Amino acid sequence: MRLRIRGVVSAAWWRALAAVGLPQERWRALPKLRRRAVVAAVWLAIGLILVALFGVWRTSALVIAVVVYLLALPWYRRLTIRGKPIGPWVPTAAILVIAITYPYYIGDLPQLPIFGPFPQLSTMVVMMIFTMMALGLNFVVGYAGLLDLGYVAFYAMGAYMAGWFASNQFAKQNVDFGAVGLYKGATGFHFSIWLVLLMAGVATAVVGVLIGLPTLRLRGDYLAIVTLGFGEILPQIARNGDNLFGTGFNLTNGTGGITPIDGPGFGNWAGQHLHLPANYLTATNLDRVFFWTSLVLVLITVFCSARLRDSRLGRAWIAIREDEVAAAAMGVPLMRTKTWAYATGAFFGGVAGAYYASYKSGAFPDDFFFQISVFILCMVILGGMGNIWGVIFGACFLAYLDREGLANVGAWINGHFGTHLDVPLYEFGIFGAILVIVMLFRPEGLIPSSRVAEEFHEGVHDEPLYDVVTE
Amino acid sequence: MQDRRGRPRLPRRPSQPVATHAETDTRIRLRRSPTSYLTTAAATILLGLLVAWLVVNLVKSPSYFFTISFIGLTNGAVYALVALGYTLVYGILELINFAHGDVFMLGGMFSATMIISVFNLSAHPSTGPMIAAIVVSLAVAMAACGVINATIERVAYRPLRGAPRLAPLITAIGMSFILQDVAIAWKGPSYIAVPQILPTGRVFTIGGTHYTWDKFIVVVITVPVLIALMWLVQKTRQGKAMRATAQDRDAAAMMGINVDRTISFTFLIAGALAGAAGLLYALYFGQVRYDTGFQLGLIAFTAAVLGGIGNLPGAVLGALCIGFIQAFNEGLRWHSPGSDWTQSIVFSILILILVFRPEGLLGERTPEGA
Repeated sequence: MRLRIRGVVSAAWWRALAAVGLPQERWRALPKLRRRAVVAAVWLAIGLILVALFGVWRTSALVIAVVVYLLALPWYRRLTIRGKPIGPWVPTAAILVIAITYPYYIGDLPQLPIFGPFPQLSTMVVMMIFTMMALGLNFVVGYAGLLDLGYVAFYAMGAYMAGWFASNQFAKQNVDFGAVGLYKGATGFHFSIWLVLLMAGVATAVVGVLIGLPTLRLRGDYLAIVTLGFGEILPQIARNGDNLFGTGFNLTNGTGGITPIDGPGFGNWAGQHLHLPANYLTATNLDRVFFWTSLVLVLITVFCSARLRDSRLGRAWIAIREDEVAAAAMGVPLMRTKTWAYATGAFFGGVAGAYYASYKSGAFPDDFFFQISVFILCMVILGGMGNIWGVIFGACFLAYLDREGLANVGAWINGHFGTHLDVPLYEFGIFGAILVIVMLFRPEGLIPSSRVAEEFHEGVHDEPLYDVVTE
Repeated sequence: MQDRRGRPRLPRRPSQPVATHAETDTRIRLRRSPTSYLTTAAATILLGLLVAWLVVNLVKSPSYFFTISFIGLTNGAVYALVALGYTLVYGILELINFAHGDVFMLGGMFSATMIISVFNLSAHPSTGPMIAAIVVSLAVAMAACGVINATIERVAYRPLRGAPRLAPLITAIGMSFILQDVAIAWKGPSYIAVPQILPTGRVFTIGGTHYTWDKFIVVVITVPVLIALMWLVQKTRQGKAMRATAQDRDAAAMMGINVDRTISFTFLIAGALAGAAGLLYALYFGQVRYDTGFQLGLIAFTAAVLGGIGNLPGAVLGALCIGFIQAFNEGLRWHSPGSDWTQSIVFSILILILVFRPEGLLGERTPEGA
């Protein structure tokens, strides 16, 4: 099926080329860069026509097209500054600039066909948070090749850490440590959110290790089911935690959740002297500061991902993913390495969860269910396991679909076909379909890392002969 | 053998993963004997506490205890049918078929449709129409679920047979969500109430407790299905092919067994069992919703693991255990955690079993699936 579509498209392409006077041989003889330039130009032209016909046209569409065009061509590969090659950094830097300035031009963007307007800032914040979680899961699934179906437990743990240490939950205590925006006489733990983020990360990593130690020696699918179990148990504890074991100890405030949670902020001194937002929740452009902060968090995560991937530990993860037996034979300590993958993934899940709780100003048990784990897994798989760009793309796209995209698409479908489909109702079925389709037709994901692609196509890690236990 | 891109596929390594796994387990246990004693001691203490708790409850109110036990038996019967599907599929493909619970849910939906729309039954009908409705619904649900399950295998699992192990697991999760949405599209996202068509008179009485017909019928339908399954797997040619395929797929293929057809058949049987379970669930619990299958599927999977996955009697035993545990937990009055904690308890059992005794209650994991 897929091949047939490709065949039709390529036949049309060759015919179009021949019509402009470029038969196949001459086209093939052109330099690669020029060919790519033509192809990119054709795609962008198609895109612009579609936007003009079916979307809402703004002149900014042309600017976007030019920027995308420049990024799509590797003209910058050879660029150097004082003899140092900067080529690989150009797209990263450009995307970063585009992302940072997003709040300033969001109102001038065109509307795409079917998908409608570009995501709002509040959606962008959530997209960034989910990107962070997906990158965290990527440590476990993408790098170390361990299927984790309970990632939501880490997210919940992070959120509740924020709930415990930045709200009135424990009213008998009275600790104020750098929190912003407190009313007079506030009780409970109130740590600065920046500290809480770190604490949440560390605590979640510890939970990850505790979960991992007994379970990581299980084989792939058993590990998956055990993580699923933990992913169901922890939220249930959160749901029932308002009266733990009948002692009357209120740990999680039960189904009501913990709310409100303090917002982030730098305090009055930094607000007056450094022009940093003193308190995010009272800032004039609330979503902007939250967005930029989440961008910084994502950057930190990306940095850690990239550096860890190339480190000794990261290479050990990839070795385990490719062939556990060979890795163990080469002296990679399996348990320790896997536990580190788990802890690292958990750390970022916890930080993201705490930040999300602070953004939403609440931690509610109903936010944590199995579907979220699969949602995040779907991001990693759709984008491409083990590839940072792929995971970022997958996370942004799916989080966007979740928040706005599906509703827009549904409105478009209903508007054009006169149906009454409630598309967001079928959200998880759509994600399930994505999982199946990606696994069947492109198991390495949309933006694969070349190594994972090879593994999937060669079937490198077939069933291990033995389960190896070291240490 | 060729992979899906048409290149010749490397033959699978001549491994016997199930057997080697058992070997490794023994090795671990040999080396870790001090920990193993501790584990045994802890397990003994836990079991002792459990038994003590049950005994106290029994002494406090015996009739209540029996009522709860009957509920547990009925739960266990339904779980057994679903758990058998997991264990059959795992035995033959080493795949946790996440979509199985949702096939079961669809079975419940089919049965509900049959009872409500086709037979137009309302609560407490006369015996003749009731039996006819049950038999026909059973046949329809079993056939439909069997076909659905076999189709899922054909579409989502077979193309991935040479792929890394995690690939079919991920498509299984995907299929599970797709089936749930099929149910939403078909029946909407709220509960479908099934009329109480089973009679609720008593069959016999123990300690002042009536064993009612509705519970009895669940068992009456389950037992013959189980016996038929045992007969199928143990005595028939097709069953022999299933056992051979489970033991060693390549060797089975060399002996002239059509492996693909055997696997399809296994999925068909598993789906049919799920369909039967779906009917019983709809009849006994009286309501079905799109996510019924997912939760119950996880519980049933736990049951399969508890009994020793790949082991058919084990699955039934595990299902009964889980059924009783759930009923006791939710029903008993003296110091029971209550239904809020059912899932946590079931999953804790799952985790403990997987970590400390992955071969399950019934000892060695037998690759034959029987």
